[in-house]
Amino acid sequence: MAHGGTSGISLHVRGLSKAFRGTWALRGLDLDLGPGETLVLFGPNGSGKTTLLKILSTLLRPTRGTGTLGGADLVREREKVRRRIGLLSHGSFLYEDLTPRENLVFGAAMRGGRPADGTIAAAIERVGLEAVADERVQTLSSGMKRRVTLARLLLNTADLWLLDEPYTNLDREATKVLEEVLQEHQEQGGMAVMATHNFLDGFKLATRLGILARGRLILDEPRESMTFPAFQELYTLRAEGGGR
Amino acid sequence: MSFLALTGQILRKDFRIEVRSREGVNTLLFFSTLLVFLFRFAIGSTETQVREAAPGLLWLAFILTGLWGMARTFQVERENDCLEFLRLAPGDLGGLYLGKLIVGCCLMWATELAILAMFGLFFHLDMWPVIGSLIPVLILGTVGFVAIGTLFAAITANLKAREVMLPLLLFPLMVPILLAASRLTDLGLAGDSLWAEAHWLRLLIGFDVVFVVLGYLTFPFVMED
Repeated sequence: MAHGGTSGISLHVRGLSKAFRGTWALRGLDLDLGPGETLVLFGPNGSGKTTLLKILSTLLRPTRGTGTLGGADLVREREKVRRRIGLLSHGSFLYEDLTPRENLVFGAAMRGGRPADGTIAAAIERVGLEAVADERVQTLSSGMKRRVTLARLLLNTADLWLLDEPYTNLDREATKVLEEVLQEHQEQGGMAVMATHNFLDGFKLATRLGILARGRLILDEPRESMTFPAFQELYTLRAEGGGR
Repeated sequence: MSFLALTGQILRKDFRIEVRSREGVNTLLFFSTLLVFLFRFAIGSTETQVREAAPGLLWLAFILTGLWGMARTFQVERENDCLEFLRLAPGDLGGLYLGKLIVGCCLMWATELAILAMFGLFFHLDMWPVIGSLIPVLILGTVGFVAIGTLFAAITANLKAREVMLPLLLFPLMVPILLAASRLTDLGLAGDSLWAEAHWLRLLIGFDVVFVVLGYLTFPFVMED
């Protein structure tokens, strides 16, 4: 099964800011991400993680600043950008009256592709949903629905994956699948930006660690540059207390 | 993704959901039965009263039930943030508008036929001989209504006061359709040719063309933030 892009494109963001009715959710954020990199963003609630992911996915327009993905402008060339991103969001994007299989087929079709024979079945099998693949989504548990969204990510061959709290409702087995899939995405040159509160799992997957606080990217370092306890300490100091 | 492919996907998906849940059709049928039932008590039963009020009441029933249908079209997309997923589709979002327009029209036509049947039953009117004259009016009036309704349903989909805002925005624009369709329905019920008052027919056709084109062109902008 194909994951991630291998086109070697990169993401560049300069001075990105977003205000909602006069309140700044993001303030002058700069970011560069290259092939094979996974930036995991940590930050308290309301620090701007979801806003950043929504701007990168083109669902929101920035108030100020610019961004490009593979040279395509995030605002002016949204259609080009949309071909290159995969989004795993808070919302499941699932139709409750359709089955997981039908949702996956619809999702793939909406991205303009027709998955190769057996690809959807393989994705369903990989996330362990064979038994309920033809049941209506409304009959599934939250965890199973999350697995369906994970299966949709498996079908996505985009260059940049945007993952907002991907661990929510995932059990250990599904978390392992998510980690494997992301690893493969990285190895094939794909990029990912992930926002999470799950420190340990997020730290393991990251090639770069970021901390967002009050709309500012106050840390952006390679993961190799620090140990997990050191990162936790830094987070506590800069995002939750000392940085105020 | 071409707009026709997008239209096809939306049609398949929406019809599948509708057939499976039957939520839209069942509610529309129940609501329209209730409306016709209330009309029966409101206007009495003398032949003259019924004949004079029938065209206006029929279109009032179509529009009131259609309004609910319009809101329902985007209710499905609001659940689980599916609307965001559709917005991320790399293609001409005009295709999404066209898909929603066709689904909305089909749902309304089915309801309108049921309303006509119930109207005939409750008011002792024989609709069968005039159905041929009424069908073109139903087609044209419904396309215009759904064309503008789909656009406004998308605009109001994420508003908190959407149940109020949709009719507030939609009803003033519906006046030309209501006038033309009621007048043509009057002709149809009398068994006269619709061309006897061709200016109403031209108005309805013009309204349809303008609003379908306008809806198709503006829908992608409506879908963006």
